Amino acid sequence: MNFLALFVLIPLLMMAGLFLSKEMKMIRTVAVIGSTLQLILAVAVLILFLQERAAGNTAEMLFTIDNPIVWYAPLDIALAVGVDGVSVAMLLLTAIVVFAGVFASWKINPLPKEFFLWLTLLSIGVYGFFISINLFTMFMFYEIALIPMYLLIGVWGSGNKNYSAMKLTLMLMGGSALLLVSILGLYFYSAPEGGELTMNILEIARNNAIPHEVQTYLFPLAFVGFGVLGAMFPFHTWSPDGHASAPTAVSMLHAGVLMKLGGYGCFRVAMYLMPWATSELSWIFLILTGISVVYGAFSACVQTDLKYINAYSSVSHCGLVLFALLMWKTTAMTGAILQMLSHGLMTALFFALIGMIYGRTHTRDIREMGGLMKIMPFLSVCYVIAGMASLGLPGLSGFIAEMTVFVGSFEWTDPFRRVLTIVACTSIVITAVYILRVVGKLLYGTVQNEHHRELTDASWWERLSAITLIVSVAALGMAPGWIANLISNSMSVISERIMQYI
Amino acid sequence: MDFSNFLWMRDELSLLAVILILFLYDTFGSDKSRRAFSTVACILLAAQTAFMLIPATAGEAFGGMYHTSPAINIVKIVLNIGTLLVLIQAIPWVKTADVVIRRGEFFILTLMTLFGMYLMISSGNFLLFFIGLETASLPLTALVAIEKYKQNSYEAAAKYVFVALFSSSLLLMGLSFIYGAVGTLYYHDIALAIGNVTKSIAGSPLLYVGIVLFLAGMGFKISIVPFHLWTADVYQGAPTSITAYLSVISKGAAAFALMVILFKTFAPVAIVWQYVLWGLIVITITVGNLFAVRQKNLKRFMAFSSISQAGYILLGVIAGSATGMTSLIYYVLVYIFSNLAVFGIISVVENATGKVNIDDYNGLYRTNPRLSVAMMLALFSLAGIPPFAGFFSKFFIFFAAAEQGFYVLVFIALLNTVISLYYYLLVVKAMFIKQDDCAIPALKSDTASRINITICVIGVLVIGLLSCIYTAIDAHAFGM
Repeated sequence: MNFLALFVLIPLLMMAGLFLSKEMKMIRTVAVIGSTLQLILAVAVLILFLQERAAGNTAEMLFTIDNPIVWYAPLDIALAVGVDGVSVAMLLLTAIVVFAGVFASWKINPLPKEFFLWLTLLSIGVYGFFISINLFTMFMFYEIALIPMYLLIGVWGSGNKNYSAMKLTLMLMGGSALLLVSILGLYFYSAPEGGELTMNILEIARNNAIPHEVQTYLFPLAFVGFGVLGAMFPFHTWSPDGHASAPTAVSMLHAGVLMKLGGYGCFRVAMYLMPWATSELSWIFLILTGISVVYGAFSACVQTDLKYINAYSSVSHCGLVLFALLMWKTTAMTGAILQMLSHGLMTALFFALIGMIYGRTHTRDIREMGGLMKIMPFLSVCYVIAGMASLGLPGLSGFIAEMTVFVGSFEWTDPFRRVLTIVACTSIVITAVYILRVVGKLLYGTVQNEHHRELTDASWWERLSAITLIVSVAALGMAPGWIANLISNSMSVISERIMQYI
Repeated sequence: MDFSNFLWMRDELSLLAVILILFLYDTFGSDKSRRAFSTVACILLAAQTAFMLIPATAGEAFGGMYHTSPAINIVKIVLNIGTLLVLIQAIPWVKTADVVIRRGEFFILTLMTLFGMYLMISSGNFLLFFIGLETASLPLTALVAIEKYKQNSYEAAAKYVFVALFSSSLLLMGLSFIYGAVGTLYYHDIALAIGNVTKSIAGSPLLYVGIVLFLAGMGFKISIVPFHLWTADVYQGAPTSITAYLSVISKGAAAFALMVILFKTFAPVAIVWQYVLWGLIVITITVGNLFAVRQKNLKRFMAFSSISQAGYILLGVIAGSATGMTSLIYYVLVYIFSNLAVFGIISVVENATGKVNIDDYNGLYRTNPRLSVAMMLALFSLAGIPPFAGFFSKFFIFFAAAEQGFYVLVFIALLNTVISLYYYLLVVKAMFIKQDDCAIPALKSDTASRINITICVIGVLVIGLLSCIYTAIDAHAFGM
């Protein structure tokens, strides 16, 4: 067995441990140990990966198994795993967010055991998705990640939770229905006439045998299928409701990591395997994602609920991820992955902070709060940092990501892409509007409710959660070079595949 | 006469032996000794299942009237497993005062219908097929009405018998048309005659009408829309164990028989029945799902859910390939475990409190966490959520249909899974999310139900992850 399988095994063991634990203390211990092990594992994989690359191993995917364990032989389903630069980065992101999420839900109530069990199942889906290179297992893990959301939001959520939970689950399942058709199609056309069919992504790419007219049908199915999870306009409507109703750790994990599954799937399955259709059809999706970027930002401006503001801002930022991917120049695609990482960390931080503030003030309406800087300085400072990262202050992750995206997009000289890029650029300004509005009102304004003066600042677990994320955001912002190299090596493969069809 | 012919019928003969033993036991056993009747029946059936696990070889008897093959053998084993689970589930119910005097009848009649299904899937001639079909449906009427002091049960039986008679007459008419067109009732000869270009039977309208009437007749048995109208009422009125049996075993057997006949006999005119089936699948899945959304009573709810599941099963039929056949058997196997788990829980709750509405399950997780989790797993499996078995069976059946190029059909079916997820989640929501001050109190279920539910849940969890089950079925799924 390959050591990448540990990404699934550790959470599985963690679930077993949680299942057996009786009291809160035990549950927390198991959760902390498990998530720390995952973090260590993710860092170890990163180091090993860099060593392999430094040693001159230029294979597209590393740590693959030569003879993968065949699971369903008649259907060519094998437990094939492998990682490239992007997957390694995504695994690390997941581990960080899970780690922070465990501390953010330190006092979860009621049914803490069930909460952590579902949360861990969710993380199994995410890890499994990022390490798989077999279409079937990828799809399976994708679906595993979807279903715990229903109960997590339904049981532990707030507000209009029944509606949101159902909407989110059904829309994402609808997306996966599209996806399954395209996966079946990809399989049956994966080899030239008479060749051996395969579910392995690398082999499908190597065969490159999918007929063009088939690609025109399958590409939109796959792209929209993953695009639903990536909150692409007009399929984004689950995201604001879902994120607003979800409990803190779930919003963190969902906005931070799960939405990245959408972007990751878009380029790994749709674009990588169907390069011809990508070059032909990407204009449609460029328009749609362009709308996401601007529309999400404008919507965020008029919201008054902190979580809704952040959820719409996620729509805008995740739209930018897909937008940059569809520009398929290496620089732009690298920017897309950087944006995924940056948005993942930053939005997790936002949701963690909002959860902490909401836990104290019991309101998320910015009109009912003010002057929190004096009352809870630690949380407020963290909030300012998250806001600065979001609007792209140099030195934090958001700047690096957006810079790369827009520079990459500007490499195109045709008017269509130029105009779209400029339109998307305006989102930077709009982001500044809604971020600064919240910061001004919430943190520096006058105290709206006298009871708020008695509130306390963050406890140690909340501090730990926030600091973990802030350190990661800053690290990505200060030293982006090595991780950008890591990513761009992997992205250039995909970019070149598509470029040959222009 | 060559008696060695009978050796091919080892499955039927062994089942007949079980039935006879039970009959004699019930007739001549003393009251005291008959207390163990239920247990003995289950053990005998289990032993017979074990006997059938001895690998079978393909062969035919009585001049092609009767067929057997490893694939057919596997189907019989699957049906046996399902029946066994239903019998175990029924043990606490047959102890109730009204039913206990008819305990013998319950077990013997159930096994008689199983015997009929054996004949149905093994036949090589439409006459034997019809006899099997009738043997499988008539005793069920008596079973549906077994609680004779309950009006619902009575009414359901009346509906069932009328529908069964009507569908049988349609089927017979179809068969006579086919006989008129082709001049024989042997599957093999029909296939040869239709395939023969010089005879030009393949274009005969008489044959098409025959096939359509035959499909309609089978449609009643499998409860395909628009022949489904009896389903909800009968499911609601019948005792829960019988409902479980109806929804899983008799449906699975009929679907498999349909597949064998369509593929073996009418393969040369596949283009005709594939179109008909295509339309039937679409409306079956959609109508079943849409009606299930509005149900309040869990048994009616499961009735419509099982109608839409029948649509998914037919995806394997329409594929008509070795993969389709494997997927169909596998789907039925998984469906048996998932559906029987749900019915097991319904009957536990119903026996203890008499409640069968979805709203009665509000807040069940707080009072009966184990039952709720089992129910949730089974429902997720029915909805096709990984890592439960239902995901794999759905994937494989879509795979089989897509392999034959039915992408649009697969797409429609997939969109329907979203609707089905919605209503399955409604039950999950009732149990886990909704709160109720007068939720069903903590139940103490008896050993038999506990064993039954445990086996079903283990099946739901494990069947998908163990690929050897699929591979084992796949190894035999050719040459029907």
